[in-house]
Amino acid sequence: MIDIKHLSKYFNDQKVLDDITLHVNAGEIFAIVGHSGAGKSTLLRCINGLEGFSEGSVNVLGQEVKHLNESGLGALRSQIGMIFQNFSLLNQKNVYDNIALPMKVWGYSKEKIQRRVNELLKLVGLEAKKFVYPKELSGGQKQRVAIARALTLNPKILLSDEATSALDPNTTKSILELLQEINTQLGVTIIIVTHEMDVVKKVASRALLLEDGKVIGLGRIEELFLRPDEKMMRFLGEDEELPQEGVNIRLFFPSNVSYQPIVTQMARALNLNFNIVWGKLEKLNDHVVGSLVINIDEHNARLITAYLQDKTEVIWEIL
Amino acid sequence: MEQSILNFYEKSMSMKQVLIDAVIETLTMSLVSTLLATLIGFILAIVLIVTDKNGISPHRYTYKILDVAINMLRSFPFIILIIVLFPVTKFLVGKHTGTFAMIVPLTIGTAPFIARMIEGAFKEVDRSVIEAAKSFGTNKLQIIFRVLLPEAFPSIISAITLSLIIIIGFSAMAGTVGGGGLGAVAMNYGYYRFDGTYIFWTVFILIVLVQIFQSLGDFLYKIVKH
Repeated sequence: MIDIKHLSKYFNDQKVLDDITLHVNAGEIFAIVGHSGAGKSTLLRCINGLEGFSEGSVNVLGQEVKHLNESGLGALRSQIGMIFQNFSLLNQKNVYDNIALPMKVWGYSKEKIQRRVNELLKLVGLEAKKFVYPKELSGGQKQRVAIARALTLNPKILLSDEATSALDPNTTKSILELLQEINTQLGVTIIIVTHEMDVVKKVASRALLLEDGKVIGLGRIEELFLRPDEKMMRFLGEDEELPQEGVNIRLFFPSNVSYQPIVTQMARALNLNFNIVWGKLEKLNDHVVGSLVINIDEHNARLITAYLQDKTEVIWEIL
Repeated sequence: MEQSILNFYEKSMSMKQVLIDAVIETLTMSLVSTLLATLIGFILAIVLIVTDKNGISPHRYTYKILDVAINMLRSFPFIILIIVLFPVTKFLVGKHTGTFAMIVPLTIGTAPFIARMIEGAFKEVDRSVIEAAKSFGTNKLQIIFRVLLPEAFPSIISAITLSLIIIIGFSAMAGTVGGGGLGAVAMNYGYYRFDGTYIFWTVFILIVLVQIFQSLGDFLYKIVKH
């Protein structure tokens, strides 16, 4: 669906995107995560050609973006919806006209526009606000209008640029649920740019972590969040305080085992006491995964690892 | 006694007629000039906003040339501009005095001002709205007429109101160098014949005109602004 290879971009002499390679599959929700200034919005804009780039290739829906002329780019953009942090609605147009604008631009008939806009108003739950102007809407409602507008032309891809960053937690949740609905019911591939980890954990299946224009992590979010490497831990601002003596073993609980009483079972079966020194549980895409660090003296460590290996599905590593 | 009353009556009748004619001339000059200056200013503003370095189709030289030309025209004191433009006025209208002739310098003198005001109104439009429009494939012409223009429209109404009021003031000034209207009346009857009543009435009428147009502009702004 989207294939980015060795993409680099310079602003003057500064490298804002550095050799980025990534592939987004059709139908997934993919997150681009990073702190502000990491280049994530720039990367997103390379996908629909709102930003140019210096090196590499961006292939979207089978078309090489840098080879497209103005009308080719326009045609590609009609298949890619986009929503923004500050909603970007036309304040002088009411909800109906805002949602209708892309179809008007592409010269659709009045009847077609009317049918589509009513359909979308229903989808985003704003039928009652049809003729209201943006200034009378709340932030969440404005973003719903923006989402409806982004979907007007039946796009295959939806780009979301910090779409929930200006919203309160409850509104964020409802907008994310709407995006999930759009993803599953309409089959729209969604790419989310955000600096909020909670957003990533809630909706994304895979994520790309960006720092100073460089990729520092790419993969399924279970892996990224549960088995973070050093860079990733620094990125998340997490550091662990582990005892110096004995052996520290980290256990990972994938979602299928996170509800089993593995730790207490193990303690009883081996008749061993060990220290739980670190741990966390995460809700990722509606299932719970977790990790736990236990500390034990050296000569008992092998018993534990043998038990984990033979009797459980837990993934483990010695720290 | 009888004679003096009759004199007074005749005098006030003729003053009334003079003032009515002057108001019509002033309104004609001001409204026609505002209309023409707005048309020219609007086109200039669009060229400015499009060729601006952050515009939708940047073109450095076009922008710079227009920028300097507009600044030059705006730095002329208006009364000097009228005189400088005498040959142009004569070429376009056939003479350089009178109500219709004054439309030429009034238009040329205020079009750059209106261009700047409309450019400002366009610049106020949130850049991210333009980006959003681009994101669904809007072409450059559509961005101007379907996004920039509707979004900037209320501010453009304010700009036109302000310009009309400035043009009314300028038109009175034009009256002193051969234009018609209230300015000419104040000059010819009030200043040269030392008749204070003319001065009083022209000023009074100008105040009322300005009030009416400002209120009308504010009212229109309120209707179109959402």
